[in-house]
Amino acid sequence: MNDTLANTEKKTAYILTLPAVLLVFAIILFPIFANVWISFKEVELKDIRIPEPRAKKIVKSISDEPSKIKILYKLRNSSLLQEIREVSFKDNFPKNFEIENLDPRCEYKKSSLKCEFGNWPAKYKENFQVIFSTNDGSKIDKKTLKSVKPKLDGKSDNILLNNNFTLKNFKKVLFENEFVDLLLTTFYYTFFGTVGSIVFGILTAQMVNQKFYGRTFMRSVLLFPYVAPVVALAYTWELLLDPNSGTLNSLLLNYQIIETPINLLGQKYIEISIFGFDFKLRLALTTVIMFEIWRYFPLAFLFILARLQAIPKELYEAADVDGASPFQKFFKITLPQITAVISILFMIRFIWNFNKFEDVFLLTGGASGTRTLPINVYQQGFAISDIGMGSAVSIVIVVLLLMFMFFYFRLLGKRVDEN
Amino acid sequence: MRTKNTIIFSLISTLFLIFLISIWKILATLQGLSINSFNIEVLFLLGFLISLSHLGIGNKIKSIYKSIIFSSVFVFCDGYLIQKLPVWYNLGVFLILYFFSYKIGKYSFIGLKEEHSTQVILFDFLTLFGILFFSFVILFPFYMMLVTSFKTQIALLVNPLDFSINFGQDIKDLFKSYFVIFKSYKFGKYILTSTIVSVGTVIITLLFAIPAAYAVARLNFFGKTFLSTSILIIYMFPAIVLVIPLYTIFSQLGLRNSIEGLLIVYTATTLPVAIYMLQGYFKSIPKELEEAAILDKLSWFGIITKIIIPLSIPAISSVALYVFMIAWNEFLFSLMFLDNPNSFTLSRAIQYLSGDAETPRQYLMAGSVVVTLPVLFIFVYFEKYLVSGLTAGSVKG
Repeated sequence: MNDTLANTEKKTAYILTLPAVLLVFAIILFPIFANVWISFKEVELKDIRIPEPRAKKIVKSISDEPSKIKILYKLRNSSLLQEIREVSFKDNFPKNFEIENLDPRCEYKKSSLKCEFGNWPAKYKENFQVIFSTNDGSKIDKKTLKSVKPKLDGKSDNILLNNNFTLKNFKKVLFENEFVDLLLTTFYYTFFGTVGSIVFGILTAQMVNQKFYGRTFMRSVLLFPYVAPVVALAYTWELLLDPNSGTLNSLLLNYQIIETPINLLGQKYIEISIFGFDFKLRLALTTVIMFEIWRYFPLAFLFILARLQAIPKELYEAADVDGASPFQKFFKITLPQITAVISILFMIRFIWNFNKFEDVFLLTGGASGTRTLPINVYQQGFAISDIGMGSAVSIVIVVLLLMFMFFYFRLLGKRVDEN
Repeated sequence: MRTKNTIIFSLISTLFLIFLISIWKILATLQGLSINSFNIEVLFLLGFLISLSHLGIGNKIKSIYKSIIFSSVFVFCDGYLIQKLPVWYNLGVFLILYFFSYKIGKYSFIGLKEEHSTQVILFDFLTLFGILFFSFVILFPFYMMLVTSFKTQIALLVNPLDFSINFGQDIKDLFKSYFVIFKSYKFGKYILTSTIVSVGTVIITLLFAIPAAYAVARLNFFGKTFLSTSILIIYMFPAIVLVIPLYTIFSQLGLRNSIEGLLIVYTATTLPVAIYMLQGYFKSIPKELEEAAILDKLSWFGIITKIIIPLSIPAISSVALYVFMIAWNEFLFSLMFLDNPNSFTLSRAIQYLSGDAETPRQYLMAGSVVVTLPVLFIFVYFEKYLVSGLTAGSVKG
């Protein structure tokens, strides 16, 4: 009895989860494996379109002879690069039709015309013409003839499915592609973006956790950058920072803080001298990181605030009795209570920033020293249209991410053990 | 000790006042006033004197009169002696000063003798400063987006600092950018596509996620722990890694440039979060209700539709809103999969618009307003649900 119950339970569980699992498998897990496959191939964007045999049917009536009709098929190979093998052709006609000139490649049986055209090389074109007449002499309706579409079939090599593999893509990614620079840029972007958003998250959460007028409103406002669409925000920032007529530069010029406008998104380096030391700051990258922090600190804020509100009030009351100062309370009570959230946040945000594509793409398109790994996937795959290279870069991303997660969890595990 | 505290208090409050006035000056500049300097030295001197005299006067005068006197003196010095500016500007300065003296009203000589008083002051003013700073930094771009969409090309080029909107003009001129993007750029169609895709994603995601989440929350089966942990790991997986294989596969299947293709991808990417959020909630529903239903010979379909769904409307709506927002804001896949303007979503359409360097920026901003408004509206209106949905994931896990 119990056994059958457990069995039905299992069965229901599988039925209930199967659709979701299948969909996720098809769209998320399968592509990751497909990526590995493609990354070992030399594929370009133009190669991935499957060549198709195509036919355009043109029906022409013959003058003086209403019971006869001429049909012209414009045949062609849709691909400019690949041949199609064993092209077969089939078209159906009304029952009273008889063919007048049968091509040797074709046969006419049971009022359907079947042809074997053999192999079509790339760019192949042919005008194929047949003439029909009705056996009972009745008039031919052009419209019904036009409405029937011929069927064509053929075999072609799918470049993705053949067995030619190469290590060329990985060699290019790792040795020719300014890989170190790419990696460093990605690291700066990810690390400073993550740390910045967490620091601002702590500050704002601490702020909103106090009582003041308009607190709930403030909480909504703080989440605006996180919920609004990237596209709108990125273009607004672009306008704001524009060197020629952007608001920020105009304001700074107006108050005589700067003398010439600064191209915050288009300048790779800016020289800064502090105490006689000259620094070269990556300006565009810094701006992009600022945008990143601005857009994602609300998430940190939200998580940290939720944790802050769960800290028992007694802790603070006891600290007050002991005469602790506000800063002591913050460093001795608040911070230790939120370290767990911060470490989770650090991991989540690190992973997501590492893969962030849209923000940089919309702000700079990867120019002036802001080319991160995800941007490179796009540039290789779609701008240079080398799909294989793009895949290889995304494999590098996945490997780096897995390494990060591995070390992070080992580190975290150790610290948990120590406590 | 007291002198040190007095000086620190005056310094901090003065800095806060300078910050307040500077923001007001920036906003006034953007309304077309020509203010070329913050006059920080003067502001500092005035602020410092006001803070000190506040402490010195103490309770000898009623606080309202004190505030009014301070404000008037400041306005007189700043507005009439240094720079001649319109009345509304000075009224704003007056109100800021009134607010400021109300804020420093809490502090007195006696209070400054207490232990940690400098830290308390610092904390209080940092909070105030933070509230204003973050409100300004966050709201300013949104404000700019809105204002720019109402301006004309010439006005924007002539004086980029003039953010004032002329409400006296004809409605048609005021909303010209909006009329243009709807008429010449077919934004109505894009809104429709975006809505269909987002609502469709919500519906399909819920259809798939509710049964799966129920199974994970309630039923025992082989591979359950594996499933629930892999949900989270998949959630972490980057979309950029999926782009190339999906692009090749979709091109070969002819799914590019189609709403169906987008629906499939959006559903698959939001499913893990949806399942994760829902199963957490389902676990909190008391089991006894279902046991009674099983005795009544209700099938799993009956249990889900008659017991689970009615009881978890809050969780389901928060998932639905969250998924809607993700789908509405999504950009990467719509950039990759859509290259025919007939099947664009709003985000993709705006990006396409910006690709043409000739497109006037006010059209771009009008488009941005159109894509942002629904999300912000939904967010503000249903904030409670959304925030619980956003936080459910990470804090408990």
